Amino acid sequence: MELSGLWLEYLPVLILLALAAAIGAGFMAAAWVLAPKDPNKEKISAYECGFNAFDDARMKFDVRFYLVSILFIIFDLEVAFLFPWIFEVNEGNIFAFWSMMVFLGVLTIGFVYEWRKGALEWE
Amino acid sequence: MAGFVAEFGVLWGTLLAVAQVLAVMVMLLLTLAFILLFDRKVWAAVQMRKGPNVVGPFGLLQSFADFFKFVFKEIVIPAGANKTVFILAPLMTLVLAFAAWAVVPIAPGWVISDLNVGILYLFAISSLGVYGIIMGGWASNSKYPFLGSLRSAAQMVSYEVSIGFVIITVLLLVGSMNLTAIVSNQADGVWAWHAFAWPTVFVMFPMFVIFFISALAETNRPPFDLPEAESELVAGYQVEYSSTPYLLFMIGEYLNIVLMCAMIAILFLGGWHPPWGPIESAPLPGWAVPIAGFLVLYAKIWFVFFLFAMVKAIVPRYRYDQLMRLGWKVFLPTALAAVIAVGAYRVHEVAAARAAPAAIMEMTGG
Repeated sequence: MELSGLWLEYLPVLILLALAAAIGAGFMAAAWVLAPKDPNKEKISAYECGFNAFDDARMKFDVRFYLVSILFIIFDLEVAFLFPWIFEVNEGNIFAFWSMMVFLGVLTIGFVYEWRKGALEWE
Repeated sequence: MAGFVAEFGVLWGTLLAVAQVLAVMVMLLLTLAFILLFDRKVWAAVQMRKGPNVVGPFGLLQSFADFFKFVFKEIVIPAGANKTVFILAPLMTLVLAFAAWAVVPIAPGWVISDLNVGILYLFAISSLGVYGIIMGGWASNSKYPFLGSLRSAAQMVSYEVSIGFVIITVLLLVGSMNLTAIVSNQADGVWAWHAFAWPTVFVMFPMFVIFFISALAETNRPPFDLPEAESELVAGYQVEYSSTPYLLFMIGEYLNIVLMCAMIAILFLGGWHPPWGPIESAPLPGWAVPIAGFLVLYAKIWFVFFLFAMVKAIVPRYRYDQLMRLGWKVFLPTALAAVIAVGAYRVHEVAAARAAPAAIMEMTGG
């Protein structure tokens, strides 16, 4: 089999992933084999402050957690767009610099809007 | 790895690469064992206690004793839990924490995979880290882990953004995403380190501080350890975990902390270059240069971790609304402004440098 450059670059990463998974599974298997296994009804019930859990724990949660994750996607994408831009800046490309400023400007308007709307407030 | 295959063929080259990966992992786990003890010792010293001092000389073997205790404890899986996801979550945390180390150069030329998009890879892997926590909290099917994992996820993604912008400011100065190139850019002593280099120091030193604080929040370290604020959420997303699955979460968490220390050292503090100049200029035989470089970087990682431990010992915990305000309303706009400032400085510097020789050529008629 002929190994090309890309394979050679990323194969060590795959080896690392496989070995890390093996170590993790090994640790868990070790406890599975060596440790006592003696579950009872109380031990395997969900943690609560002294009483049995009333109902399923997958309940409604605050919408702001959802909002934060949406904001994260927008800004993380913005950062992802900035990564290739650094090469153009390091070429001294003034046009590329100002193009990105326009993009950042549009996103900043959105940021100011969500700030004024109170999307970033936690009380 | 490419070098191994070229030199020894596919089979032996691959085996050598496996050995190399194993060496890095063993080194990381040993470092972790002692850095955990160091953490507890620093914490104890600040509170005028002795800390762990029973197992081995000065308590040096404490972490190994802890490890064996974890292994001999029963794995409790709650009745209401989704068993597959419950077991996969700690495994995922551990694998992702190790995966990030694939691109981190630990000495000149010593790196598992010298990707030219190294920092982008790191950024992607650290974004995935949230999954382990969400999966663990959801699969437990218990209120405390569920709320803890939500908090933890929101906190991690919030600070991920400012970390991203800070990384961009460093990359603007370097012009490459390769971590070895980032270190090489800071070879000429302490005044070439990105945190202190003239004239960008006015922007980059605050960025260094923002990165440090964001790293604390990103790894759920005190003063931002809200997911496991004991008084409110007992132990956050880990409540239902015991034995080695819990151990895997802990290893993953500390691996991420050490990774953040290494990134601070590499991005801002000159990596493996000592404060007085490039490591290559040291009066050492050629084979000793990587070893000396490794020791310098290692010392820097321990120094940054010492700062982490001191912050844990002396700073009171943040409230959740303060944490979110700091991340979104202070760090994000500041880092965004810094990206624009450094970008403007850099593009004009490079453009001027490019224009200068051309102008001279015109003047001299050449």
